Amino acid sequence: MSGALLEARGLALAFGGVRAADGVDLEVAPGEILAIIGPNGAGKTTFLNMVTGYLRPQAGSIRFAGREIAGLPPRRIVRLGIARSFQIPQLFAEHRVIENVALHLAARDGFWAPFRPLLSPARRSEALAILDDLELAPLAEARADTLDEGARKLVDIAMALALRPRLLLMDEPTSGVAASEKHAIMDRLVAALRRASVTAVFVEHDMEVVARHADRVAVWSQGRIRAEGPPEAVLADPLVRREVIGVEGAPC
Amino acid sequence: MRRLLPVAAAVGLLLLLAGLQPWLRFVLTIALSTGLAVLGIAMLLRAGQVSFGHALYVAAGAYAVAFARPHTGEGLLLLLLAGLVATGLGLLVGLFVTRYRDIFFGMLNLAFSMVGWSLLEKLYGLTRGTDGIRVARPTLLGFALEGAAWEWALFSAALAAALLAGALVASYLRSPAGEALGAIKTRETRLEFAGISARRVLLQAYVVSATLAGLGGAIGALATLHVTPLLAYWTHSGELVFVAILGGTGNVLGPFLGAVVFELVRVHAAAAFPDAWQMILGLVLLAIVLAAARGLVGLLDDLAVRLGWRG
Ligand SMILES: Nc1ncnc2c1ncn2[C@@H]1O[C@H](COP(=O)(O)OP(=O)(O)OP(=O)(O)O)[C@@H](O)[C@H]1O
Ligand SMILES: [Mg+2]
Repeated sequence: MSGALLEARGLALAFGGVRAADGVDLEVAPGEILAIIGPNGAGKTTFLNMVTGYLRPQAGSIRFAGREIAGLPPRRIVRLGIARSFQIPQLFAEHRVIENVALHLAARDGFWAPFRPLLSPARRSEALAILDDLELAPLAEARADTLDEGARKLVDIAMALALRPRLLLMDEPTSGVAASEKHAIMDRLVAALRRASVTAVFVEHDMEVVARHADRVAVWSQGRIRAEGPPEAVLADPLVRREVIGVEGAPC
Repeated sequence: MRRLLPVAAAVGLLLLLAGLQPWLRFVLTIALSTGLAVLGIAMLLRAGQVSFGHALYVAAGAYAVAFARPHTGEGLLLLLLAGLVATGLGLLVGLFVTRYRDIFFGMLNLAFSMVGWSLLEKLYGLTRGTDGIRVARPTLLGFALEGAAWEWALFSAALAAALLAGALVASYLRSPAGEALGAIKTRETRLEFAGISARRVLLQAYVVSATLAGLGGAIGALATLHVTPLLAYWTHSGELVFVAILGGTGNVLGPFLGAVVFELVRVHAAAAFPDAWQMILGLVLLAIVLAAARGLVGLLDDLAVRLGWRG
C-alpha cells in the first residue's frame, strides 16, 4: 500500500478492436500536478473517463484514497472528491456563467433547500472568487452560449473547481485559449490549485505548458504509458520526442 | 418590488373583471384553476420535458373532491385532500416516468393518463362512468354560501391559491434545484458530474406539478360541481400544454395569463362561432408562436422594455 491519492492498476478497455487502455498503471501522489501527454487517440481521455466513472474498465482497479472506485457511477465518484473538466466543454448553455459555477457550489450543500436562491450573496461572492482565479470575472453575467471556445474551456474548469475536489482532472484545459493568454491563465490556475492543495492531472498538447507547470509527466501511446518522470527528463527523451512531440506539429 | 408590480396589476384586473361581469367570476375561477395545472406543466417545460398526460392529475384532484364530499362538508379540507391524492399519484407515476426523456417522457405520461381515463369510464359502479359525479356544494371555512357570495368566495380562494402557488414556485425556480431544471434541458450529464441526480431534480418538479394540477382540478370541481372522465382525456392534457406555450414559461405569471386569455377566447369564440372556436384558438396559438416565441408574458416583457419601464 503506497501513499498515493490515486492508484490505477492494469486498467484495460477496448472498443471493438481499439485498445483505448491496454494495461495502464499510474500513481498520483497527494499535492502533485501530473501532465498526461500523447498523440491523438492514445487513450488519454479514456483514462479520465474511467477514473470519473463515465466508462467502466474491463479489467484492472482504480483506488482513490485507498478506496476502490472502478465501476462506481460518476455521481458517487464526484462525492468522494474527484472533479473533472472536459475536452469539449460541458456547460449549461442557457444559464449565465456565474450560475454555472454557483450550481456546482450548491451541489456541495444546500442544493435541495427549496426557498434559498441559487445566487445567495454568499454563493455569488464565492463563485466570483473562483471566476476571478481564472480571469473570468468580467464574463460572470454572460450567458454560457455566448462565450468563445477558450472562455468555455475555462468556465468548464471553474465549474469543476467549485466542487472543491481533492483531485481535479482536466482534459486539455488550455486548448482553444489564445496562445497569448495561455501561460498567464495557467499560472493563476496552478497557483490556485497549490494554494488549496488540490492534486491535479491534466491532459495537455502544449509542451511549453507541460514543462512549466507539471511536477511529473506521463506519456501515453496506444493505451499504455510509455514513459514517466519529471518534465525535463521525459521531454528530452528521444523516443518521446519522436512519438509524441513529433506529431504535435499537426493541430488537433 | 418591481417583480410585484405586474402581479398587483394582474390581481387588480381580475378583480375588476369579476366585479364588472358577474358571469366572469365563474370563467375566471376556471381560468385560475387551469393556470395552476399549467404552472406545473411550465416547470417541466423548463427541463425541456413536455407531459401529454397531466390531465390525469387534474382528474385525480377533481375525483378526490367528488369521492370525499359525502364524507366532509368543508371545501378547504377537500382541496387539501385533493392535493394529497394528486401528490401521491404524481410520486408513484413520477418514479417511473422521470427515468425517461423527451418523446418517451411525453408518451408515457399520455399512456398513464389514458389508463386513468379508461378506469374512470369503465368502473361504473364507483365513478358512474361518462355520467360523472355531481358534487354537493361544500362550505368554505365553515360558511354555507350561495349565489354571488359563493362565487366570490370560490373565486377568492382560487386567486389566493394561485398567488400562493405562484410565489412558492417562483422561489423554488430560483433555488438550485429549480435552476437545475434548465440544466437538465441543456446538459444533463454535467449535473451527474456535479454529484447531482438529474432524475431526482426532475422527480421533485414532477411531484410539485402533479400537486398543482390536482389542486387546479379540485377548484375546477368545486366551480362546476360536476366531474367527468373527460377531465383525464388526452385532449385536456394537450390543452394544458397549449396554454403553457400560449402564456409563456419564462415567468410564473405566464401560465395564469395564458389560462385567462384561453378561457376568455374560448367563451367568446364559442358564443360567436359555435362551430369554429377550436380553429380560432388554433390561429391564436399560431400567431403567438410565430410572433412571440416566449408566449404572452414574453410579449408583455418586450412591450415594457420598449416603453422604457424596464431595462
Ligand atoms: N466511447 C467510445 N466508443 C468507441 N471508441 C472510443 C470511445 N472512446 C474512445 N474511443 C476510441 O479509443 C481511442 C482512444 O480515444 P481517447 O479519446 O481516449 O484518445 P485521446 O488520447 O484522448 O485523444 P485526443 O488527443 O484526440 O483527445 C480512440 O481510437 C477512440 O476513437
Ligand atoms: Mg482526448
